[in-house]
Amino acid sequence: MKKSKFNIVGKPVIRQDGLEKVTGQAKFADDINYPNQLYGVMVRVPVAHAKIRSIDYSAIENHPALTTICDANDIPGAKKVGPIKQDQPIFCYQKIVTPGDVVAMLVGESEEELLRLRELVNVEYEPLPVLTDPRKALEPDAPLIHPELGSNLVIHHPLRKGDVEKGFAESDYILEQTYTTPFIEHAYIEPEAVIAIPREGNKGVHIVGSIQNPYTTRKVVAAVLGWPLAKVRIQQAELGGSFGGKDDIMNILSARAAVAALKTGRPVKIRYRREESIQESYKRHAYYMHYKVGFTREGKIKAMKIDIIADGGAYSSMTPFVTWRTVVQATGPYEIENVWTDVRGVYTNNPYAGAMRGFGSPQPIFAQESIMDEIAVQLGMTPDEIRRINGFRSGSITATGQKLEKHDVNVLTVLETAVRETDFARRWRENQQQTKKRLDLAALEEAAANPGPFILHKEDFLEPEEVLRKGIGLAVSFRGTSLGAEGVDAVAAYLSLQQDGSAYLLSGLAENGQGMRTTYSIIAAEVLGLRPEDIYYLDLDTGYVGDSGPTVASRATLMGGGATKVAAETLRQRLEKVLRRHWNLPETTNFVFADRTVYPENQPDRKIAFAELCNLAYWEGVNLATIGWYSGPKVHWDESVGQGPAYFTYVYGCQVAEVTVNLSTGEVYVERVVAVHDPGTVINLLGAQGQVYGGVTQGAGYGLWEEISVDQGFIRELNFDQYLIPTSKDIGEIVPIFVEGEERYGAWGAKSLGEPTLELTAAAIANAVRNATGRRFHHLPLNLEEILLGRKLYPTSKRGSV
Amino acid sequence: MKEISIHFTVNGKKVSLNVPSRKRLLDVLREDLGLTGTKEGCDVGECGACTVVMNGRAVHSCLVLAAQADGAEILTVEGLAQNGELYPLQKNFLEYGAVQCGFCIPGMLMSSYALIQENPHPGEEEIKEAIAGNLCRCTGYKQIIQAVEATVKR
Ligand code: FES
Ligand code: FES
Repeated sequence: MKKSKFNIVGKPVIRQDGLEKVTGQAKFADDINYPNQLYGVMVRVPVAHAKIRSIDYSAIENHPALTTICDANDIPGAKKVGPIKQDQPIFCYQKIVTPGDVVAMLVGESEEELLRLRELVNVEYEPLPVLTDPRKALEPDAPLIHPELGSNLVIHHPLRKGDVEKGFAESDYILEQTYTTPFIEHAYIEPEAVIAIPREGNKGVHIVGSIQNPYTTRKVVAAVLGWPLAKVRIQQAELGGSFGGKDDIMNILSARAAVAALKTGRPVKIRYRREESIQESYKRHAYYMHYKVGFTREGKIKAMKIDIIADGGAYSSMTPFVTWRTVVQATGPYEIENVWTDVRGVYTNNPYAGAMRGFGSPQPIFAQESIMDEIAVQLGMTPDEIRRINGFRSGSITATGQKLEKHDVNVLTVLETAVRETDFARRWRENQQQTKKRLDLAALEEAAANPGPFILHKEDFLEPEEVLRKGIGLAVSFRGTSLGAEGVDAVAAYLSLQQDGSAYLLSGLAENGQGMRTTYSIIAAEVLGLRPEDIYYLDLDTGYVGDSGPTVASRATLMGGGATKVAAETLRQRLEKVLRRHWNLPETTNFVFADRTVYPENQPDRKIAFAELCNLAYWEGVNLATIGWYSGPKVHWDESVGQGPAYFTYVYGCQVAEVTVNLSTGEVYVERVVAVHDPGTVINLLGAQGQVYGGVTQGAGYGLWEEISVDQGFIRELNFDQYLIPTSKDIGEIVPIFVEGEERYGAWGAKSLGEPTLELTAAAIANAVRNATGRRFHHLPLNLEEILLGRKLYPTSKRGSV
Repeated sequence: MKEISIHFTVNGKKVSLNVPSRKRLLDVLREDLGLTGTKEGCDVGECGACTVVMNGRAVHSCLVLAAQADGAEILTVEGLAQNGELYPLQKNFLEYGAVQCGFCIPGMLMSSYALIQENPHPGEEEIKEAIAGNLCRCTGYKQIIQAVEATVKR
């Protein structure tokens, strides 16, 4: 019904940037070279925590392959940066706090030579005790990562609602469980690359790179150089995936490249190989989550007490915001009267953690959705029943005291859709009845502990039909869209119509591969009655439109879409005015813009070509360019008790995973995931489906294989031979289903999708594995060892630094 | 460093070059020939971003030394379209929404191309197998598989 009002919105549309990407012409950062360019190569020290005594370059200083060396002494402005707290040095000069740290950069013409030379830099340091367990970070005798801060606490978000003790007293049952999730890597396939070009005279510096948030990068580079913002121009090259990961690291690499470019007067390129990328870039936070839940015999949750420690690693980065989303959403989409939550982000000597698609939600969803299923099992209910009892409805009050209203509160709608689509309850019950024969885990564990000839006897094997067990599981979530109380939420979009009806478009939010150019072009084309291919999307450059903040928090469609629509409507009104004058029509005339033509609503035969109308306007001297601006409504937040309307609107999702577990190998195969999401209005159908396929696949990786494990601060998995992301063979069918709901904000109520698709999958899989095996797994990923032995196995030797 | 001279055909054109003997085919393509459509994602033969077709087979050009390509016939993503006309695989990648960030796409196209040359009517499992050495972090592979299927059905 709703769709019929659109010409293009919601239909499959070919990507704006597709042609260059399938022909190999698209220019990613490392594909761009400048004459006379130099390379920058990093110098690191193989230690996780140490005081720097001295750096001695004498062995290489006069080497012909070396043009210059940059270190902290070359930085004219801010020596330390960071989005919230400025605790991360561009080049370390006091301490090393994690093995990814960089003390200097060698600059020269041959990368290969520089890689050799960096081994000869002699850094003298005094090792300090290494802190790797975030649960010990706040103990009084813990080594301090940043002594000047006086504590390893990055942030503490408390949330207090009602009276939990009273809630527990009113409960018939209490369940307490601990869950953990590991660090994981974004694993964008394109490693980081950036090039800084010094400009003539007073023109400053131009930077082109694999940059997710050009405006943030500009702020950092300007601060490091001590320059005005306008003197730094950041241009985004084609971005080979980001998922939240090309923010801080790119700001820092850009700053290093800029410092070197200005020092040498030549373009300087930095490009990472995979090992260096994994070693230095930030990760998804590892979480330690303790949940205590009180509930009645009837299944009503009375109280939840949650204690979460997030390992922020060596630098604060986005930890305060990531954990803030956690505190808002940690109770899940359930109305609970009494809640007491503490989320603490802490420093350790591990790799630092920052933004990653999902942003503090996949971790608590895994814990909270696992517990919901445990409650269901305990009460003899099905997972959908327990969620029906507690799920948000319109008018429900969230844990932060926000009343959910003025948008479709779709928790139960997405749940029912997914349950119906998969015949969930019947199949879940059937699986629960499967033969309960278990593997002799104790024997296996012993065998693993005492490696040697390990002979299985006939009775150790399960009957073939018992080896493969089917399971089905679900997870639901609610998610605040855009930045919420995290920051300024406003976006610009520039639209300029040409005399012949073609158009330039550029939003201040970045194309990160997810298809925003296409989405914005569809929105502008819909308003103006054009085809998306009439719109020529410009390269994002901080010089063109106003600072629109970062492309994060799935805000691109909602906010950037809103701004694009405003811009298109402004120009449409100007054109309408011209046409009214031209045809002598009354002020009240409404027009239809469709198929590159324009006509009065009540005179469909009286058409003018869109191009002709633009030409008319042009000769009348009408301004056909504009900047649309869209800002989100104000939200507010009381930090001391974690109360307030955290986000101005929410989206809802439910995923059902169907798995087969091989009990003799521990292998979990995901047969099918049904993903039901409520993105408001779908603007770009192919893009929306792609977001679901991609998000679910990443979520499955998180659930089953992916882990950055750390040994004394050193990452073990430095390349794709050890860090396993899903391949084409690893996942079965994925079924995207969109439930469209009413929403006031953005372009026709189009909200977000990218992150919701990812955040649920691991939880749904874990619940399906529980259904298949009868066992609850508390630690992601559910890899072979976890399923077979209930713990992880790691190689003991550590790999040195790169 | 020792230089060697190699002669090979790239996208139908004969090329002769002197290159350091340790240079990878990937670097020769990207640096010496300016064919930057072929990407580097891992340097250890795991990601497939560097896939090109060499003598009819998909290979990881990060694991091939330039010397090994001597006398070979190489096809890169830049050579797929002919006379301004997209190769059917490329069209279907667009039509089925198989492209997101696009970084893996050249490698995906070349692996699929090699598959179709060898087996004009592969089934879904064969397609999955053919691109199993090509990592994609964006798409979840579904629309890529659909695009290849659509190409071989015609
Ligand atoms: S770069 Fe060759 S396989 Fe990854
Ligand atoms: S489209 Fe981004 S890696 Fe495949």
